[in-house]
Amino acid sequence: MGSSSRQRAILSEQSRPHLKRYVRLQYDPVRGAWAVLSPERVFWPDEVSLDILKLCDGRHTVFQIVDELAGQYDAAREDIAPDVEQFLQEWSDRFLVTL
Amino acid sequence: MSDALLPPIGMLAELTHRCPLQCVYCSNPLELLKADKELSTEAWLALFEEAADLGVLQIHLSGGEPTLRPDLEQFVSCLARRGVYTNLITAGVGIAEGRIERLRDAGLDHVQLSIQGAHAPTTEKIGNNRGAHEKKLETARRVVELGLPLTINAPIHRHNIEEVPAFIDLALSLGAERLEIANVQYAGWALLNRNALMPGREAVERQVEIVEEAQSRLRGILAIDFVAPDYFAIYPKACMGGWARDAFMVAPDGTALPCHAAGTIPTLHFERFGDRSLTDIWVNSPAFNAFRGDGWMLEPCRSCERREVDWGGCRCQAMAIAGDAAATDPACIRSPLHSRMAMLIGEANSVSDADDFRYRRIGRA
Repeated sequence: MGSSSRQRAILSEQSRPHLKRYVRLQYDPVRGAWAVLSPERVFWPDEVSLDILKLCDGRHTVFQIVDELAGQYDAAREDIAPDVEQFLQEWSDRFLVTL
Repeated sequence: MSDALLPPIGMLAELTHRCPLQCVYCSNPLELLKADKELSTEAWLALFEEAADLGVLQIHLSGGEPTLRPDLEQFVSCLARRGVYTNLITAGVGIAEGRIERLRDAGLDHVQLSIQGAHAPTTEKIGNNRGAHEKKLETARRVVELGLPLTINAPIHRHNIEEVPAFIDLALSLGAERLEIANVQYAGWALLNRNALMPGREAVERQVEIVEEAQSRLRGILAIDFVAPDYFAIYPKACMGGWARDAFMVAPDGTALPCHAAGTIPTLHFERFGDRSLTDIWVNSPAFNAFRGDGWMLEPCRSCERREVDWGGCRCQAMAIAGDAAATDPACIRSPLHSRMAMLIGEANSVSDADDFRYRRIGRA
């Protein structure tokens, strides 16, 4: 694979994000908390991050994820969309989520 | 201790000290253990089960060269069954055809491959092993073909610091997700070879610029983790994330230590798994409790606002340079001994550039 063939994935409303193959969202019974296990790192997502990650199932589009969360939080789409999109772009850039 | 004791998140398992390479920067202790001192298959399996019970979520299978253990697949499959994330840390030399596939099928999650030089002669010189470079590249290709995520670990010192841009190109061409530009930490064999390995200040400054530029240019394409060189630092690293705070390691004979080099602190005694349980060691070992939290700290750490950022830095570096494991890590600008770092850099760079390496060999420190 040449370096030119590799490009940064950019999020769109139509992206259907899912956790990368070797990234696991897993409940840890010892700590009573959800953990994201990934190469070299363990993350402890906060409640909002966890809600987003649980919808990263490869079926929901980013548009639908925002809709779903807007419903859950009783908030306006436009109030939460930027945060959700920024989170997913960042997790894609860190090789945790595939867009 | 100010906080309640939490369970460990990560564990480094040094399954063996045997290795086909003789890298001069190796962080293993000078007194390397022979094969007959290694834990049995059953003992490692029992240790891994207990680690999972204790709350360990990520295990780094390392060495020496961990693939020299024929029971590695059993370890991976035991850990996968317990939901523990497994990371194979390998030199990538002499791995039999089909082995990585068997490890993947057993549930391996990630491979970290060390490459000593971006070019073959450097790799061969540092590891004292002819043909090592090509074998490593072949291992990298196999890992990527099998769909496993790959991290390239590049240990940086005087002899390869100019190869950092080539390391970046190499990691891209191999299809790695991640590249660690890891400036050598001077413990174990690296400390013995410090004068032969220490880079110059200008080269370090150039390296930092190159890495920062590449991190921004390759955002979302290649993750570049930078392990800064302690001797050139202003503040120390939170070594191991703090002494016995959320990670620890186990030596080939089952001795549990808060970090690789902890055995260099002569006042501490470390217990072995088998003599005591892992939980007992984690909670009660006087060596684990010696530098936990911030209660042990002296000034300038005790009143420093960074004390829970870096936890006083590296205890083994304090031992090696200040002669006192409880001192502030001399990497810190607030340490009264900070100027020794510059002195040691100067000393290393004033000796001739001759490759008077002391290669890592069992029984030959």
